[in-house]
Amino acid sequence: MKKIATGNKAVAEAVKQIVPDVVAAYPITPQTEIVEQIAEFVTGGELKSRYIPVESEHSAMAACIGASITGARTFTATSSHGLLYMHEMTNWAAGARLPVVMANVNRSIGPGWNIWAEHTDALQERDTGWLQVYVSTVQEAYDATIMAFRIAEHHDVLLPVMVNLDGFVLSHLMQPLDTIEVGDFIPPLSLPHAIDTNNPAGYGGLTGTDQHFLMRWDMERSIRDSVKVIEETEKEFARRFGREYGFTENYQCDDAEVIVVAMGTLGKEMEVAVDLLRKEGVKAGSLRIRWLRPFPNLSILKGKEVVIIDRDYSFGRGGVLATEIVAQTKEDVFSVIAGLGGQEVTYDDIADFVRKRQVGKEFWFGVKDNV
Amino acid sequence: MDTIAEIPKEEYVLKCSSACAGCSDSLALRYVLKAAGPDTVLVIPACCTSVIQGIYPNTAFNVPVYNIAFGAAAACASGMSNAFRAAGKKTNVIVYAGDGGTLDIGIQAMSGAFERGTDFLYICYDNEAYGNTGMQRSGATPLGAKTTTTPTGKTDFKKDIDGIIAAHNPPYMATAAAAYPQDLFKKVQKALSFRGPSFIHVLAPCPPGWRYSTEKTVEMGKLAVKSGIWVLYEREYGKLTMGAQSKVAMKKPIPLEDYLSPQGRFKGIDPKNVEILKQRIQKNFAKLSAEEAAS
Repeated sequence: MKKIATGNKAVAEAVKQIVPDVVAAYPITPQTEIVEQIAEFVTGGELKSRYIPVESEHSAMAACIGASITGARTFTATSSHGLLYMHEMTNWAAGARLPVVMANVNRSIGPGWNIWAEHTDALQERDTGWLQVYVSTVQEAYDATIMAFRIAEHHDVLLPVMVNLDGFVLSHLMQPLDTIEVGDFIPPLSLPHAIDTNNPAGYGGLTGTDQHFLMRWDMERSIRDSVKVIEETEKEFARRFGREYGFTENYQCDDAEVIVVAMGTLGKEMEVAVDLLRKEGVKAGSLRIRWLRPFPNLSILKGKEVVIIDRDYSFGRGGVLATEIVAQTKEDVFSVIAGLGGQEVTYDDIADFVRKRQVGKEFWFGVKDNV
Repeated sequence: MDTIAEIPKEEYVLKCSSACAGCSDSLALRYVLKAAGPDTVLVIPACCTSVIQGIYPNTAFNVPVYNIAFGAAAACASGMSNAFRAAGKKTNVIVYAGDGGTLDIGIQAMSGAFERGTDFLYICYDNEAYGNTGMQRSGATPLGAKTTTTPTGKTDFKKDIDGIIAAHNPPYMATAAAAYPQDLFKKVQKALSFRGPSFIHVLAPCPPGWRYSTEKTVEMGKLAVKSGIWVLYEREYGKLTMGAQSKVAMKKPIPLEDYLSPQGRFKGIDPKNVEILKQRIQKNFAKLSAEEAAS
């Protein structure tokens, strides 16, 4: 069904389509609209989920964990400090192999208080064992949230999935949304290690070094296996519902001499920059990273000049995306730090990054005394 | 149920747990699980019981045990209870947490779960310090008690967690002691008969932490009740009933020194602090008996 929705509403609509058994969430700007909308669906009888209005994000994730281990399907949403506050429990959800799905509305971290888009929140969760996808449109927020359940619950994966959408620039942006009936695209959840009082077991107790080590390896093996599951899921989604997604979204990359890379909404904005550059005779292309974990194969960047826009920073090291990409391609890039704290970055700006690229350097957009 | 012989023989705390000798946490848990029966899930935050249950892949408990992070037990139980009820299951969800995980790091999650009317039983077994990590002070450590972080005795009072829970108006709350297993058994069964949140605060003397010899663990709990420093009562929809043992103690308490002197943690306690503790025992009795008379 066609409608107009914000990124937040699209996530809530996806949840309504999935009908999780339990939703536990705590409000935080700019995610609030997601929990408000879900609460409204539940109160109005349109969504037969149990909604637990927890007193914190730490408890939101703990409640999802407690529900999930019974074999229930669970969802939560957060942002920024909320995500950081639940960090202990995000690790727990992944280590406990629970297919919790979470929407994270990307926002900067204080101080000072800043409520606008930045990816540093989710990137601080990079090493927890969660799968992470970053979306760029309202439709994609909806589609990715639906697919997240199928991927997380697949027996070759059994890891939680985080769907990331940029605060305000996507969470509050209105765009057309085509909703679907998922049908058996989302099969019933069967958690192999669900609690069974007829067959009592201990979960997460004291674990020796060897066993702990093997459990970590098992998580790594599953996140590697998730590559295949993500590909299959996105392919099946395209077959049934006609919208195609991949690990990256590539635009004009085939004959490109310079490729600009980013995540989230900037990754869409840069397609316009590519058009501008092409008109000037610059053979530019753009590559939007969708899945950060598992990290995609970026061999397409080999032998090209690469400009990476990071809406994040790891102090003392560099842009997280740039660091990850260089580690894989072993080639120098022009690293641009831009958009922190919701800084406006237009397609003209992006085109300028490409025009003025200095491979091997790092550039902080809007800062006068850098490079 | 009038005699201990009527308590079910089924054991849910199996042999070869890793509990210390004379551990009243595991003694209390034994009766908690006998009362709850097999359709029960325990949610356990970091505490002595995390250790007592044994090492993966073995477990000494014969019900499912979900271990969760220190501050998250009540929230985890909240999700679990909602999921079970959504699936039409009546499975008991019992948090079994120490005083640190209840009075200190877990208090926010617990308050939230009680405020939301979560259908679960929260049991705090109270050994009045962080036992798992080697006896550091907690919000439950009493005035004057030595711990590894209060080497000359605690200078603050024990937090009134029962007062805090009472302010949430749960359908049922009670105090108990591992030394009175029949009383504990009955209170657990009663707590589980209510829909919504219930709370039982169990005094759990700890031989290595309190520094008394292991065979005195039951005696220590009884001395606590007889001296009045621990009062047995239950509150059902706000109506308070004091236990018979505590009514005796209110009228004719044994000297508090009889309770304090066998314990190494109170060795050398300032006599002024003993007087303060005695005064507080009287005040607490006066408050509880007034509430009982009024309700």
